[in-house]
Amino acid sequence: MRQGSNSVQISAVGGQLPADAQAAFSMRGSLLRKNLLTVLLLAPATLWLVVFLVLPFVAIVIFSVGERAPEGGYQAALTLAQYANLPARATAFWNTMVLAPVGALACLLVAYPVAYYLALRAPQRWRLILLALIVIPFWTSLLMRTYAWMYILGGRGVPALLAYVGIEDLRLINTPGAVLLGIVYGYLPLMILPIYVSLERLDRRLLEASADLGATPLSTFLGVTLRLSLPGVTTGFSLVMILLLGEYLIPTLLGGGKVFFIGNALVDLFLQSRNWPFGSAIAITLVLVSVVVLIVANRISTRLSGARRVDLI
Amino acid sequence: MTAVPDIEFRAVTKRYGAVTAVSGIDLAIPPSAFVALLGPSGCGKTTCLRMIGGFEQPSEGQVLIRGRDMAGTPPYRRPVNMVFQQYALFPHLDVEDNISYGLRQARPRLSSREISLKAGEALAMVQLAGYGRRKIHELSGGQQQRVALARALVNKPAVLLLDEPLAALDKKLRTDMQIELQNLQREIGITFVLVTHDQEEALSMSDFVCVMNGGRVVQLGQPSEIYDEPADLFVADFVGKTNLLSGKVAAFSGDLVDVALADGTVISARKRVPLSRGEAVSVSLRPESLSLAALGGGSLKGVVRNRIFLGSTAEYAIEVPGIGSLLAKADHLIGQGNLFKPGEPVAIGFAAGAPLAFPVANNSGTNQREDQHVEILS
Repeated sequence: MRQGSNSVQISAVGGQLPADAQAAFSMRGSLLRKNLLTVLLLAPATLWLVVFLVLPFVAIVIFSVGERAPEGGYQAALTLAQYANLPARATAFWNTMVLAPVGALACLLVAYPVAYYLALRAPQRWRLILLALIVIPFWTSLLMRTYAWMYILGGRGVPALLAYVGIEDLRLINTPGAVLLGIVYGYLPLMILPIYVSLERLDRRLLEASADLGATPLSTFLGVTLRLSLPGVTTGFSLVMILLLGEYLIPTLLGGGKVFFIGNALVDLFLQSRNWPFGSAIAITLVLVSVVVLIVANRISTRLSGARRVDLI
Repeated sequence: MTAVPDIEFRAVTKRYGAVTAVSGIDLAIPPSAFVALLGPSGCGKTTCLRMIGGFEQPSEGQVLIRGRDMAGTPPYRRPVNMVFQQYALFPHLDVEDNISYGLRQARPRLSSREISLKAGEALAMVQLAGYGRRKIHELSGGQQQRVALARALVNKPAVLLLDEPLAALDKKLRTDMQIELQNLQREIGITFVLVTHDQEEALSMSDFVCVMNGGRVVQLGQPSEIYDEPADLFVADFVGKTNLLSGKVAAFSGDLVDVALADGTVISARKRVPLSRGEAVSVSLRPESLSLAALGGGSLKGVVRNRIFLGSTAEYAIEVPGIGSLLAKADHLIGQGNLFKPGEPVAIGFAAGAPLAFPVANNSGTNQREDQHVEILS
C-alpha cells in the first residue's frame, strides 16, 4: 500500500517539470499582453502631454536662452542675458507676488466656511444642489462674468443704486477692493471643492471622540477638523495661487489696468513688443515659482495633517 | 443598594422621527461593576451608550451619572470616556499625542511634564511602553485597541463606555483582550459599560448582563442567572444555544407544568410566568442538559443526523420524529471514545429541572432559532 502511494508521488513529481515550464511560458505571454495593454492605454495621454506640454515647454526653455531678432521674435543664441534682465520687470513680479497669496488667502477665508457648511452642516439632500449652484456660474466664460462685475461695480451699478438712498460719490470700480472681489468670485469653486472633499471624508467619529475626551467645540475644530482638512486647504490654496500668478484679466478690467502684473508683462512681450526670449525667461521663472509653491504647500499639509505622503509633483 | 448608582436611567425613551429606539428604560448600574448591554442589532443598546456619553439626548426621561442629571450637559463636560467602535483614533497624531489628547483639554492646565508622565503610565498599563512615537497607521488592530483604551482611561473617568470594542479583532486576540479588559476593570475599579451583540463576550466578561430587545430591557442579572434562568423565550434563545420544543400545557403538578409535545410525549418543565391549561408554550432545553444513551430509557427517541466533534465536547443534531431536530452536547473524555455515529438511533434524556416552559405569544425569537440551527449544522 505505502510503496504504491510513493510511486504515485514520484510519477507526479516527474510530471511536474514540463507543467511548470508551460506555466512559465504562458505567464510570460500574459505579462507581454498586459504590458501591451498598458502602453495602449497610456498612449493617448502621453502623446497629448508630449505635443502640448513637453514640446512647448522645451521651446520656451530654448527661447529663454536666445535673443530677440531685430524685427521681433526669436533668434538662436546661448545666453543668460534674458534672465539677467529680469529685474527690469521687478515691479510686475512684486505686484504678482503680493496679489497671488493675498488673493488666495481672501479666497480661502470665504471658501472655508462655505465648504464646512456644505460638508458638515447642510442636510444631505441639499448638498448636491448647493454644490451645483456653486459650480454652474462657471459654465460661462470668466471674461463675461468679469465684464458683468464691471457693470455691477461701475457708475451705473451699485453706486447708482446707493445714490438713491443718499450715499453719493462712492467709487467701487478700479479699486484694489474690486480686484480682490473679482478674484474671490472667479476662483471660489477651485478653493471650495478641495476643502469640501477633505471635510466630507472626515470621519465624524473623530469629532465625537474629541468631544468625549473633553475638547470644547472650538478646540475640536482647531485640533481635529482644521488639521485634517489641511490637505484640502493646501491643495485649494496652491491651485488658486498658481493660477493667480498668471492672472491679468481681472486686475485689468476691475482694477483699471493701472497696476502691472506678470500676466500683463507676458501678453505685452509676446504680442506687442515681440520680445519672445525675454517673455520666455519670465515664463520659466514663473514656472519655477509655481513648483516651489507646490512643494512648500505639500510639505506643510503632510507635516500638519500627519497623512501619508501624497506627492503632487 | 445604598450607594448612588454610577449610571441611572429613569424612564428613558429615545425616538428618531417615528422610530422608537429606546422605550421607557429604567436601569441602575451599581458602582465598580462590569456591565454588558447585550442584544441584537437595533435593540437600542448603542443608543443607550450614546445617551450616557452625551452624543444623543433622551426624548423623555433622565440619564444620571453618579446621581447628577445629565440633561443639557455636552459630551465634553461628562465624567465618562468612550472606546469607540473601530477606535476613532486621531490619524494626525502619534500614539502618545492620542493618549494625552484628553489630558491637554483639562482645565486648569496640566504641566507638560505631568501630561507625559500620565501618558507614559497609561501606555505601560496597556503594555505599549515604548510605542509613544509610533503613527496610528503603523499599529496592528490589537495595538490600536489598546491605544483607544489608554486614551480613554488616562482621563480617570467615572465610567468607561465600550462600544463593540472587540468586534474588529480576530478570535484569538479577542479572547486575550476579554481577559485583559476584565483584569483592567478589577485593577482600576471603575464601572465599565460594554455594548455587544456577542452573547459569549457578554457572558464571559461582565459581572452583570443587561439583555435588551426592541428598545426595552428584557432581563438584568449575573451571567449565570441569565443563562440558567432566562426571563423569557427571547433571552433563552438569544443567550447561548438552546432547543425550543413547542407544545401545550397539559397539567400542573406543584410548581411544575406538564407539557404535551407535538408527538404526544409529555415532559415536566419549570415555568417563569403563570400559564393556563391548553396554552401554547415553547420548552427550552439547553444542549448540554440533554444526555444521550443507546436505545432503552429516555423520554425522547431519535436518530443521529450529524456529529460535530469539537475535542472536549461533541455536538449532535438528532432528528426526533414529530418534534424536529434537537441539538445535544456531550462532554468527551479521553479514552471514552463512545461517540454516536450518524444514522444511529438514540434515546434522549434530561435532568428533571432542565426544561423551562415559556408562553409563545408575540415572540420574535422563533425565527432566530432556525438561524441558529443552520449555523450549528453547517
